[in-house]
Amino acid sequence: MARLLYFGRLSDVTGHAEETRDLPSDVADTAALRRWLDADHAADGALLEASVRLAVNSEIVMDPAPVSNGDEIAFMPPVGGG
Amino acid sequence: MIDITETPFDHAEALAEFTRRVGGAGAVVSFTGLVRGEDGVVSTLHLQAYSPMTERGIEAAVKTAKARWPLIDAHVIHRIGDMAPGEPIVFVAIASAHRRAAFEAADYLMDYLKTDAVFWKKEVSSAGAAWIEPRAEDYQDRARWDAQGG
Repeated sequence: MARLLYFGRLSDVTGHAEETRDLPSDVADTAALRRWLDADHAADGALLEASVRLAVNSEIVMDPAPVSNGDEIAFMPPVGGG
Repeated sequence: MIDITETPFDHAEALAEFTRRVGGAGAVVSFTGLVRGEDGVVSTLHLQAYSPMTERGIEAAVKTAKARWPLIDAHVIHRIGDMAPGEPIVFVAIASAHRRAAFEAADYLMDYLKTDAVFWKKEVSSAGAAWIEPRAEDYQDRARWDAQGG
């Protein structure tokens, strides 16, 4: 199982701030993960946007980076505090 | 020192404590950001962080500032969770021997916090809830430091 986190506006898009899912066998990297979850949540491309970065186990990665069950994967829209 | 906190903080008290701690410094500059009221329209600001990535990023920015300016110490406080208009959301204090380094390092850290720090911000108003992302001006402010070579 992989732990998936959706930050900011993406929690509204997917309906969850986090979920635990069993990754299908054909989802082995971040690009495939984006496509699978975007279709699964009917997110209409929100999870495919280049401005949405992915972090695997708290490290920002570039697509396509390997993912597997056991990982914590965060979908991160543009950040900013203050 | 970096504090990410769900509890409201007293920025005057934080500044007094920081000033005591850096006794002997010639300059202390601080900045406090407050939740804007937007003429009574905004009722709540909600801030999310992703620990420990948020803390690690701020630590790295403080380290960069310390490499770039001769600083004695720095303190960053950032609220998360729900806050009301008028409440402090962010506090940056810098101590240095002289004022210029302290002013510039505080400005640099605020630009980092506005555009690169790992937070997400939601404004709840009478019109509903909206996620707020950095404005073009915030990115331009951040880019000033790259143009200066770092």
